[in-house]
Amino acid sequence: MKEIDITKNELVPKHTILNDSEKEELMNRYKIALRQLPRIKMNDSVVESLGGKIGDVVKIVRKSPVVGESVYYRVVIRG
Amino acid sequence: MSEKSQTDYSKAELPVRLIEEVDEVSRKMGLSKEKKDKLIEQIKKEYEKESFEPGESIGIIAAQSISEPATQMTMRTYHFAGIAGIRVTYGLPRLIEIFDAKKEPETPMMTIYLKSEYNNAAEAAKLAEALVEKDIMNIVKRISLNLNENSIEIEVVDKRRTDSVFKSLMDNLKNQTVKMKGEKVVVTVKTEDVKELQKVKEKILVLRVGGVEEIRNALVRKEGDDWIINTIGTNLSTVLKIKEVDEKKTYTNDIYETASALGLEAARSVIVREALKTMQEQALDIDARYVMLVADIMTFDGEISSIGRYGVAGAKTSVLARAAFEETIKHLVKASIRNEVDKLQGVFENVMVGQVVPAGTGMFDLIVRSEEE
Repeated sequence: MKEIDITKNELVPKHTILNDSEKEELMNRYKIALRQLPRIKMNDSVVESLGGKIGDVVKIVRKSPVVGESVYYRVVIRG
Repeated sequence: MSEKSQTDYSKAELPVRLIEEVDEVSRKMGLSKEKKDKLIEQIKKEYEKESFEPGESIGIIAAQSISEPATQMTMRTYHFAGIAGIRVTYGLPRLIEIFDAKKEPETPMMTIYLKSEYNNAAEAAKLAEALVEKDIMNIVKRISLNLNENSIEIEVVDKRRTDSVFKSLMDNLKNQTVKMKGEKVVVTVKTEDVKELQKVKEKILVLRVGGVEEIRNALVRKEGDDWIINTIGTNLSTVLKIKEVDEKKTYTNDIYETASALGLEAARSVIVREALKTMQEQALDIDARYVMLVADIMTFDGEISSIGRYGVAGAKTSVLARAAFEETIKHLVKASIRNEVDKLQGVFENVMVGQVVPAGTGMFDLIVRSEEE
């Protein structure tokens, strides 16, 4: 048995946790509150490996066959 | 794409794919900086024209774009893939399975890729053999009850396996004594009852002595330069940890297993990939964006929920909208018991009462500010 890095799997897009100023900028840009964002659970394997906490916003850069790259945001919830 | 061009037009919010194309065209045509800017300006205009306007009911458009081609799919449940004859769920039943977010697919399968240093026929065959789940039943030559000593004697076909049988018995039969006697493994049961002895024997026969749990069959195939193993039955989290396996590409068609091993976003990718693959197998061409929209809705809550009465549609806040979808009476009765209030904020319920629906231009209201705040 070996240690594996799940973020290297081609199905897993790049996740990064936004810092406070980036988070605020995002909220202002789309004029939304945290609870309106799509969610991701704190015990999600990738969020766990990043050490995300409840209320963090995860920026997800997906590789898309249509547009090349698409950016998505999820807020970390209890799970 | 170069670093520079990415920052150059990041304000334009054009997709990466388009920017790449602009870069390539302007290089081929030898466009000057001025002309390139003009081109980008024009493309931006066209791009904005093509995008949906706020309030557009894209959900309904997506639903129809997927469902209309789906009416032409076969109802037949299985087909037999390749000479090996692996039974595969396909067509409409598979599509329903995906969107209903079934806990386990009817025909769970994995595609295992090997690391480059193990990427050859011999290693692939060896691993495929090792992966398949084996019970004691599969490898035993003779199993007999010794009524004099209240014991069960097990003889294994392949002598090299005797040790693993012994170990498995030691781990699983805590109440009985397990001993090696020559080439036989002997289990002594502390009971006089023959029935009890019989029960223990049944239990021994289905003990696992090797392979990976759930994996029932494995086939080696060559695809391009890669040797890959197709399995029936999946166990992603265990297989990824095997040292020969390439954890970057190995794939399962089980959405929930992907979610628990690789996270929610990976599960979303599997939903999109499986749904598109199912449609394309039947030569039905639908735009990937519709499937992506559905997959985004299915994973919105941080977990996978199905499209349908138990998932997305069942979670609607409006009583009337739920009642209009399925199980009308159940929802109306429950709502009246619980004293639920319908605030008429959705499309369905407003169609019912004959009001302007909150979609398209109906989504927007004017707010008058009575005094300066």
